[in-house]
Amino acid sequence: MNDSTKNVATPPPVPKKKLQMAVYWGAACGGCCVSVLDVHEALFLVLEHADLVFWPIALDTKYKDVEAMPDKSIDLTLFNGAIRNSENEHIAKLLRQKSKVLVAYGSCAHMGGIPGLANFSTKEKLFQRVYKDTESTVNPDNIRPQTSYTVPEGELTLPVFYNDVKPLDKVVDVDYYIPGCPPQTERLVDVFKLIVTGATLPPAGSVVGVFDKGQCDCCKRTKSDNKKIKKFYRPWQIQDDGETCLLEQGIICMGPATRGGCGARCIDANMPCRGCYGPPPDVADPGAKMMSAIGTMIDSDDPMEIQEIVKGVVDPGGTFYRFSLPSALLRRTVQ
Amino acid sequence: MSYEPKLVAFLCNWCSYTGADLAGTSRTKYSESVRIVRVMCSGRIDPTFVLKAFREGADGVLISGCHPGDCHYHEGNYKALRRYHLLTPYLVQMGIEPERIRLEWVSASEGNRFAQIVDEMTATLRTMGPSKVQATMANYA
Repeated sequence: MNDSTKNVATPPPVPKKKLQMAVYWGAACGGCCVSVLDVHEALFLVLEHADLVFWPIALDTKYKDVEAMPDKSIDLTLFNGAIRNSENEHIAKLLRQKSKVLVAYGSCAHMGGIPGLANFSTKEKLFQRVYKDTESTVNPDNIRPQTSYTVPEGELTLPVFYNDVKPLDKVVDVDYYIPGCPPQTERLVDVFKLIVTGATLPPAGSVVGVFDKGQCDCCKRTKSDNKKIKKFYRPWQIQDDGETCLLEQGIICMGPATRGGCGARCIDANMPCRGCYGPPPDVADPGAKMMSAIGTMIDSDDPMEIQEIVKGVVDPGGTFYRFSLPSALLRRTVQ
Repeated sequence: MSYEPKLVAFLCNWCSYTGADLAGTSRTKYSESVRIVRVMCSGRIDPTFVLKAFREGADGVLISGCHPGDCHYHEGNYKALRRYHLLTPYLVQMGIEPERIRLEWVSASEGNRFAQIVDEMTATLRTMGPSKVQATMANYA
């Protein structure tokens, strides 16, 4: 046991009633739920102070069991995943009703995340690709999933697939945001400790488990004040020297427009920051800030040469808004 | 009702805004479609401003600063130039036509040039029709 867990083990009188806790996934990959499991042996300490009443990845609690719970009976809900279909939205609203504190946990719930990149396309185009065009699909009758279908035994239903992916706060009020893809487990443990020790919680709407400082301020690599980029490289196109700022080597790193707190695991693995922790405080649109920062680094005053250099940014939308498209100023392609 | 384009122009204080002012004091006629926002330098124009303008209903955005080499702050206009070329491919990717954004250098003595650019751009926007950005972003489906 390390020092940080000792503090949890000895809070003044053990609460009479355990904390009621829920973890749910919307449009997510499951990584956020795994990041909760990544508390490893601290899970026993979590369970000493909390009952997990609803957690689809680990428990077989049914939706009707949640519906039967009294309102505000869950103390803490970690909602990960974006809102992609009517089921995600329904459960988000249900959990909002049943929870005292609802946390948007992870990049998808916070900003839309990787599933949010679907906003570059439309529902129709996605269905066309999945149910008709893919090389392995044989569907001569062009059958598409129906949201309701009547069989002799009764009516079968499927959730409605939305055209637009949304972050959690577009459908319900969110108390706190813990960003990350997935959030760093140590930050979750910090937040959890705050709650069980009864510490004063930050104001609603806060992004917690993060630093106010930017990623570059936390970065160990050597940086100069005058960054100049003559050519953009993708990570596999260049031999990284392992020490110099990745931007200065021409690799797009989202550090300038991203919040610190993730533990810089990507940088430690010699990969550029991709921006999963979201923008620093008071930044409306992380991608625009990133374009603002990178634009000034382009080392040319000649329009033709600049256009040539900019061609090195393959997929600007997907690069600058990899985790934040549904919460950006332009949250989808114009239709 | 006929469609009148809304053009948002970000003009630098030292050259382009003064140029627009000259157009005014010289009684040069130009399209009333333009909404001018004065900034201290074209290098101050964050891509966020441009995106916000489109999001709030602009049909076109004009960025204007001092001619290359003339920037009051030495290199702000070069920063605007680089940002413009980085931003445009993103706008195209998002489905905004490249004709809706334009970067032009206008000096303090070029009142006529300012009027001409505004008229040209207004004519282009008029043939293109209204921008669909605001409507797309307002409605979730």
